[in-house]
Amino acid sequence: MTDQSAILRPETLLDEFKKIGVTHIITIPDSETNYLYELMEQQDWLDVIPVSREGESMATALGLNVAGKTPVVLIQNTGMLESGDSIRGMALDAGFPLLMIVGYRGWTRKGKTPDSAAIYTEPFLNAFRINYYLVEQNEDGPRISEAYEESVATKQPVVVLIGDEYHGFNR
Amino acid sequence: MIEAKKVFEEFQKHRGDSIVHVQGTSGHHWKEISTNPNKDITLGSAMGQSTSAVFGLALGLENEKVVHFDTEGALLMNLGVLASIAGKKPKNFVHFLLDNECYATTGGQPVPNHEEIDYAMMAKGAGYPITYNFSDLEELSIHLEEIMDSEGPIFVAVKTKPEIENLPMGLREKRKARTRLETINDLRRTLNIS
Repeated sequence: MTDQSAILRPETLLDEFKKIGVTHIITIPDSETNYLYELMEQQDWLDVIPVSREGESMATALGLNVAGKTPVVLIQNTGMLESGDSIRGMALDAGFPLLMIVGYRGWTRKGKTPDSAAIYTEPFLNAFRINYYLVEQNEDGPRISEAYEESVATKQPVVVLIGDEYHGFNR
Repeated sequence: MIEAKKVFEEFQKHRGDSIVHVQGTSGHHWKEISTNPNKDITLGSAMGQSTSAVFGLALGLENEKVVHFDTEGALLMNLGVLASIAGKKPKNFVHFLLDNECYATTGGQPVPNHEEIDYAMMAKGAGYPITYNFSDLEELSIHLEEIMDSEGPIFVAVKTKPEIENLPMGLREKRKARTRLETINDLRRTLNIS
C-alpha cells in the first residue's frame, strides 16, 4: 500500500501558490506535470501562460512583475539549463522576486543518477549563485512559501526543485 | 526600405497614450521623437527575450495599449514567442518588426535567408489575427491609424534601411539613456503600480 504522505500531490503546490498570491504561472508542460497543469487551468484566480521555450518564461515573468503581478515559472531542469542567458539577463540582472519551480528530472536519493540533466542541475544553480530548495513530498510544501519569501527579500530568483521520483504529477 | 527614424516619426502621430518598448540599433531615434518618456520602457537584456518581456507586460496591463518595436535578428533568436503571443491573444498588443535584414550592431552581416524570409507570414501562421508587410513609408502612414485602433495582437513587419555600426565597441558614440530599472520605476510611478 502506498504511503500517501510520502508523495507530492499537485494540490500541495496549488495550495502554496494560493497562499503566496500567485497570479500567473508561466510554463512548458512536461510528462510529469500534466495533472498539475489541468488543475491550474481550472483555477479562476490563476492565469496559465504556456510558452514555447523555457527562456521565454523568465522574460515574461519580468514583464508581469513590472505590471504589478506575481508570476511563477514552472519548468523542467532540462529547460532551465537551456535558459542560462535569460536567467542572467531577465531575472538576476533585473533584480525582482521570482519563484522558479523546476522539475528535477533524473533526481534520485539512491545514489548516482545516470541522467546528465540531474547531474548538472545543482552545479548550474550554484554557478549562477541561485539558492534552491528541494521538495519531495507533501510535508515539504511549506518550503515553497519559504523560497518565495526569500525571493521577495532578496529580489532575486529562488528555485524549488521538485524531486518527486516516482509519482510525478500524473494521476 | 524606409528609414527607421521616419517610421518612428509617423508612429508618434498615432501613439496616443500607449506604452512603447523599442530595441535594436535604430531604436535610439525613438528617444529623440517620443513625447512621453515616462511610458517608454526598456526591458531587454538577454538575446531575443525582450519580446517575451513586453508580452508579459501586455498581459499584466490589460487596460494599456502596449507597442513593441522588435528587430528581425532578435525575433529569429526567439521565434517561438510568436506562438506564445498568438496563444494568449493579448488584445492590447501591437508588435512592430523593423527588418533591416542584417545584424547592424555587429557590422551588417546578413541574418539567415535575409532576402526571402517573410516574418508577417510567419506571424500569421503562428496565429496572429492581423498582420501587415510594409516597405513604403506612405503605405505605412496610411495604415497606422487602423493598426493602432484595431484589436490585437497585431504584427507589422517594416523593411528598414540598416544603420550599420562598424567601429569597435570602445570607439562608438555613447548615447545617454535611462537604465532599465529607471524606465521600470518611471512607468510604475506613472501608472501607480506598487
